Amino acid sequence: MSTLAANAQGVAGSGLADVAASEASLRRFLHGLPGVDQVGLEARAATLGTRSIKTTAKAYAIDLAISMIDLTTLEGADTVGKVRALCAKGRNPDPTDPGTPRVAAICVYPDMVATAKEALRGTDIQVASVATAFPAGRVALPVKLADTADAVAAGADEIDMVIDRGAFLSGRYLDVFNEIVAVKEACRRPDGSAAHLKVIFETGELQTYDNVRRVSWLAMLAGADFIKTSTGKVAVNATPPVTLLMLEAVRDFRAATGVQVGVKPAGGIRTTKDAMKYLVMVNETLGDDWLTPHWFRFGASSLLNDLLMQRQKLTTGRYSGPDYVTVD
Amino acid sequence: MAKKKNTEEPAAQKPAGGLFTYAPAPESPAAAGDIAASYGHFIGGEFVDSSGSEALKTVNPATEQVLAEFARGTEEDVDRAVAAARKAFADWSALPGSERAKYLFRIARIIQERSRELAVLESIDNGKPIRETRDVDLPLVAAHFFYYAGWADKLDHAGFGPNPKPLGVAGQVIPWNFPLLMLAWKIAPALATGNTVVLKPAETTPLTALRFAEICRQAGLPKGVVNIVTGDGRTGAALTAHPDVNKVAFTGSTPVGRAIAKQVAGTRKKLSLELGGKAANIVFDDAPIDQAVEGIVNGIFFNQGHVCCAGSRLLVQESVQDELLAALKHRMGTLRVGDPLDKNTDIGAINSAEQLARITALAEAGEAEGAERWSPACELPGAGFWFRPTVFTGVSQAHRIAQEEIFGPVLSVLTFRTPAEAVEKANNTPYGLSAGIWTEKGSRILWMANRLRAGVVWANTFNKFDPTSPFGGYKESGYGREGGRHGLEAYLDV
Repeated sequence: MSTLAANAQGVAGSGLADVAASEASLRRFLHGLPGVDQVGLEARAATLGTRSIKTTAKAYAIDLAISMIDLTTLEGADTVGKVRALCAKGRNPDPTDPGTPRVAAICVYPDMVATAKEALRGTDIQVASVATAFPAGRVALPVKLADTADAVAAGADEIDMVIDRGAFLSGRYLDVFNEIVAVKEACRRPDGSAAHLKVIFETGELQTYDNVRRVSWLAMLAGADFIKTSTGKVAVNATPPVTLLMLEAVRDFRAATGVQVGVKPAGGIRTTKDAMKYLVMVNETLGDDWLTPHWFRFGASSLLNDLLMQRQKLTTGRYSGPDYVTVD
Repeated sequence: MAKKKNTEEPAAQKPAGGLFTYAPAPESPAAAGDIAASYGHFIGGEFVDSSGSEALKTVNPATEQVLAEFARGTEEDVDRAVAAARKAFADWSALPGSERAKYLFRIARIIQERSRELAVLESIDNGKPIRETRDVDLPLVAAHFFYYAGWADKLDHAGFGPNPKPLGVAGQVIPWNFPLLMLAWKIAPALATGNTVVLKPAETTPLTALRFAEICRQAGLPKGVVNIVTGDGRTGAALTAHPDVNKVAFTGSTPVGRAIAKQVAGTRKKLSLELGGKAANIVFDDAPIDQAVEGIVNGIFFNQGHVCCAGSRLLVQESVQDELLAALKHRMGTLRVGDPLDKNTDIGAINSAEQLARITALAEAGEAEGAERWSPACELPGAGFWFRPTVFTGVSQAHRIAQEEIFGPVLSVLTFRTPAEAVEKANNTPYGLSAGIWTEKGSRILWMANRLRAGVVWANTFNKFDPTSPFGGYKESGYGREGGRHGLEAYLDV
């Protein structure tokens, strides 16, 4: 049985299958989820941020964080050369230490998928492509589906789609749901397999924590393999409280349906210290089951070099500096 | 005076298990500064020997190692201290409020500057985790002095009429659960209003009060304004009974509070008591569940449950009981019990063997009476006083664990069906110190708060403290308020 079918069965078996039968039932369900107390959520995230990660724990966390990175370049100025350089970096992050783990994926625009795929041949590094008119998503559905199909055809292993925030904020939850279902369908390959679907909420635009909880459940019910905070293109991207809330959502979703969904905070995570705080949240909210690149990712570009510098410091006992890691 | 370095081994850290195990992250015990082998009292601005020869020992509850000896204050010691405070009162109370404020601001700043030292010392002497002393106790201690420093020159505008007068000498007896914070709650308002004080710290936690005495000297506080006399219950009784004390302030157990009230009755002494509690933390079915779980954990496991306002009775609406308890138990499984000086420890050591015995006895009574006991699997260190975070389900109002203050990390879970039943059960206790309400419905919070007979009602949070907010109890939880503008009244002749 494919995971797709198994997931659908899990949702069906949990009695949640007809939640999206109508706009009204979906709204009732999403608005019936427990509320989120802002002060309490932020306080919990802040407390977890005070964990002190030292020595062996730090070494473990740094390597784990590197292996969880979706190394990203999403610029209008991206070129074949730039993407190849990034792929080389992902394959071999620290040329001075071949023991350094590889990143999980390289994340690019759809037209760079083929280039990335080629540059990563022979590795298990995934190619993730943003799609559905990233980052705004303000185009018609057929265009979004074509965008997705194009990236999948070019070889993308993972698709990072954006939801229609306008539809969500105006309460048209079923439209958002159906769009995710349609994009998921467009992720299918001719051989029956499918690209992994990450659903980006742009939590900085959804603003409230109640919205984040609702959209998390909406996306998971619609079949998201991963839920992702942000595009990295707006003022507020991943934050610890938003990510903690999404971790709680995937925990509760698995308890309800048996289906495990991954989480990807993206944007604004730049330092080893930040990454540690996120991993502590995963550890203490979800535990071992999510402590793998298969279920947790960092969407980041500059984070990798800071992790590498901290890694060198742990190995050599000395701080080097930005000139001792490669800039790609 | 002989000095000795504090060089004990940290107690074993609970293994987190799983892939991501936190390595020990110990705070250095040396940061506590030098702990003397023995201490006398702080009277009239000097460290002096006791008139008696009896010495008590204070131990590190996480290791059972003796940290220092200190004098058991005699009646004569108390008499000397009260005389010193009386002598200092005339000048201190005559100072303009703005001048008294300068001393208090200076003390607050020194506390901030020396906060790491004080946090480590408090953790060693009390057993509470360094994360708590560093992030909660010390910031609140400094904030309390800053806050009352601000009042010192504004007493005319505090609502007690023009030029309200201080009472005189305040005799203050404080407990061991928040040694330095309770000291701040007592001393800051007393000094701001122009009183002088004699303070007796608890017999298991005298060290930070004695370190505070050094800070008084460092701040140049006039001699005799603050006096610290260490000792046990007999010392405390001598202080509260002293005829030249004008004000008695006590925080501690209800039986002792009752004894003090009897002793003080018929005298002109003003009295404030902050005593025990058996707070209800009430969770409705529309509560923000994840945050409610955090609030429950913070309500009963914060400071090992050694909190008079601890949310020791969880009242949960029957319709969400299963969901909430499952989430709570999952969360309790992540609590880290162990070395208080490890920065990742959530629950430290029980303060004393005596307290551990009391918690153990009450928990056994809970089991004997038929409640169901549950604790997460966690390894406890070999030496020291430890108690696993514990939850009792199937508790009814008739059980001792629903009625008596346990003062430990033990939660009793009861259920209710309607808001009226929640109020009835919450109020059905001789205590009335605090309560918590968890619901997304604002109108219900107000409805409940109006009916709960508790001095503090928290809404969608628990165990939040702020110097601007008055704190105190109803019924057997005592009387008088500490904190805020209300806290001034306890030290003014109004």
